[in-house]
Amino acid sequence: MSDAASALRGNRRRRRSPRSPMAPPPAFLWTRRIVLTLLGLFTFVPLYVMVTGSLKPLQDVQSAFQWIPQHLTLRPYIDIWSTVPLGHYFVNSLIVSTCSTVVSVLIAILAAYAVSRYRFPGRQLFSVTVLSTQMFPGILFLLPLFLIYVNIGTATGVQLSNTLLGLVITYLTFTLPFSIWMLVGYFDSIPRELDEAAKVDGNGPIGALVRVIIPAAVPGIVTVAVYSFMTAWGEVLFASVMTDDSTRTLAVGLRNYASQNDVYWNQIMAASLVVSVPVVVAFLLLQRYLVAGLTAGSVK
Amino acid sequence: MAEARAAVRAAVTRHVRRAGLPYLLLLPAVLFELLVHVVPMLVGIVMSFKQLTEFFIRNWTAAPSAGLDNYRFALNFNGAVGSLLLHSFLVTCGFTVLTVGISWLLGTGAALLMQDPFRGRGLLRTYFLVPYALPAYTAAITWEFMFQRDTGLVNRLLVDDLHLFHTAPFWLIGGNSFWALVVTAVWRTWPFAFLVVTAGLQNIPGDLYEAAAIDGAGVWRRIRSITLPQLRPVNQVLVLVLFLWNFNDFNTPYVLFGNVPPPQANLISLQIYDTSFENWNFGSGSAMSVLLLLFLLVVTAIYLLVTNRRRKADV
Repeated sequence: MSDAASALRGNRRRRRSPRSPMAPPPAFLWTRRIVLTLLGLFTFVPLYVMVTGSLKPLQDVQSAFQWIPQHLTLRPYIDIWSTVPLGHYFVNSLIVSTCSTVVSVLIAILAAYAVSRYRFPGRQLFSVTVLSTQMFPGILFLLPLFLIYVNIGTATGVQLSNTLLGLVITYLTFTLPFSIWMLVGYFDSIPRELDEAAKVDGNGPIGALVRVIIPAAVPGIVTVAVYSFMTAWGEVLFASVMTDDSTRTLAVGLRNYASQNDVYWNQIMAASLVVSVPVVVAFLLLQRYLVAGLTAGSVK
Repeated sequence: MAEARAAVRAAVTRHVRRAGLPYLLLLPAVLFELLVHVVPMLVGIVMSFKQLTEFFIRNWTAAPSAGLDNYRFALNFNGAVGSLLLHSFLVTCGFTVLTVGISWLLGTGAALLMQDPFRGRGLLRTYFLVPYALPAYTAAITWEFMFQRDTGLVNRLLVDDLHLFHTAPFWLIGGNSFWALVVTAVWRTWPFAFLVVTAGLQNIPGDLYEAAAIDGAGVWRRIRSITLPQLRPVNQVLVLVLFLWNFNDFNTPYVLFGNVPPPQANLISLQIYDTSFENWNFGSGSAMSVLLLLFLLVVTAIYLLVTNRRRKADV
C-alpha cells in the first residue's frame, strides 16, 4: 500500500515541474480524447438505460425503445416491493453476504497472521492450496456440496439445502480463499518493527496481533470485507440451486419479475438499481485501498 | 536440580507453544478449507465414477459404479454427450480469447492514456470502474433488456437510427447470441483490467521516465520501451486471472439466456450445470467438471512455465 501511495506522490511531484520533453504530442492528446470518449460512451449507455428504464411506465418499456423518455414516473420504485417479495430477498442476501463475510474475514485474519509472520513446515502447502482453490470453477464445488447436503438431510434430518446456513457455507468456497490471500498481502506490507515494538511492550504474539497488527491493517480488512461482501451479493450459481422461495436471494429473485405474462422491464431496472447502489457506493469509496491491495498481491 | 528441570520444562513448553502457535492460528482456516474445498473435491472425484442419476441422489452410496463410463461418454465426441461438451468447450475457448483479448486491450489502453495527469482524471477513473462494481447479474440483466429484439436499445440504434439492418435481428437466440455474450462480458471485465494496470503503472519508478525524457524519447517510445516491459509481471497475473474468470463464467450466460442457452453461446459451466440439474445426471456432470479442472490446471501450468521462463530470459 505504501508503494502505491508513494508512487502517487511521485506522480504529483512530476506534475509540479512539467518539462517540455515530457509534454505529450498532439497525436497522443487526440488519441486520448477519442479513446476515452468512446469508452465513456460504452460505459454510459447501459447505465443510462438502467436509470431511464426504471423511470418509464410499463407501456413505454414494452414498445420500441425511446432515447428520451416520454413519460417519467416513480411508480416502478413503489411497485418493485409488491410484485415480488423484494424486501424478503433483500434481507436474505444481506444475511448470507454478511455472515459469509464476517466468518471468512475472522478466519482469514488468524490464518494470514500465521502465514505472514511465521515460517513453519506446511506453510507453502497451505498457501498453494488457498491460491489454487481460487481459480477452480464454482461448478466443481456445487455438485458435491449439493449431493452432500441432500444426503445429510436424508441421513440425519438436518436440512442444509434451501437454508441460509447451507448457502453461507457454499459462499465460503470463494470468500475464504480470497480473504486469506488478500490479507496475507496486507499483513506483509506492515513493517516488522511494529511487532517488535509490541513485544518490547510486553505483548505476546496474540497481543501483538490484536493491539498492533489489526489496528494497522484496518483499511485492508475493511477492503477485503467489502470486496467479499460484493462477491457474495452478486453470486448466482450457488443461489440458483441451493435456495427455495423462502431463502431466495436477490441474484435469483430478480428473475421473478420476468416469470409472469408481462415482463416488467421498468421494475427490473428499478430493482437492479436499488440492489446495486449500496455495493457500488461502497466499492467506489474504497477503490483506492483496493488498488493498493491488488498490487500488493499481484506484484509480489 | 529440580530448579533446572523446571527451567527445561518451561523452555520446552515455550518452544512447543511457539512452534504450535502458527498451526493453532491456521486451524480454523484449515478446517473450513477441508469442509468447503478438499472434501467436496474428493466427493466430486468419487461421484464421477458413479451412475448418479436422479434415483440415487438422495442416497448416493447406493449408486452403482460406472467405472470410466462417465469419462468415456464425455470424451466420445461422436456421441450425444461428448459432441455437446466439445461444442461448448470450443464456444468457451472462442468466448474467452475474445473477451480477455478485448478487455485487456481496452483496460491497458485506457490506463496508459490516463497515466499522465489531466483535469478530471480521478473522476473518470472512478466512473470507468462502475460496471465492475455492479453486481454481475444486474449488469447482465440490463444488457438483456438492451438486446431485446423489439424493445431494446441495440436494435433501435442499429436498425432505426443507423439503418445497418433491414429487419431487426434477434440477439438472444441464434448466432448473434455469441456476440451479445462477448459484449456483455467485455463491458464488465475491461474495468478490472484497467484497475489492475493502473495500479501496476503506479509502481513504475518515475526516474525511468525522467531518464528517457532526457534521452529525448517521445511518449510512444516511452510506452514501448519502459511502460510495457515494466508492466510484464502485472500482466502475467492479470491475463491468467481474466482467463480463469471468463473460462468459468456462469453468471453472464445464465442471466442473459436462462437455464438453456442457445448452442452458440453455451459456455462450459452452463453445459455442466444443465447436464447435472436439467438432466439430473450428476455422475456425468462431475466427470465433466473434473475434466474442466484438469484442463485449467494444465493450461495454467504451461502458462506459468512459459511466462516465467521468458521473464528470466529477459532479466
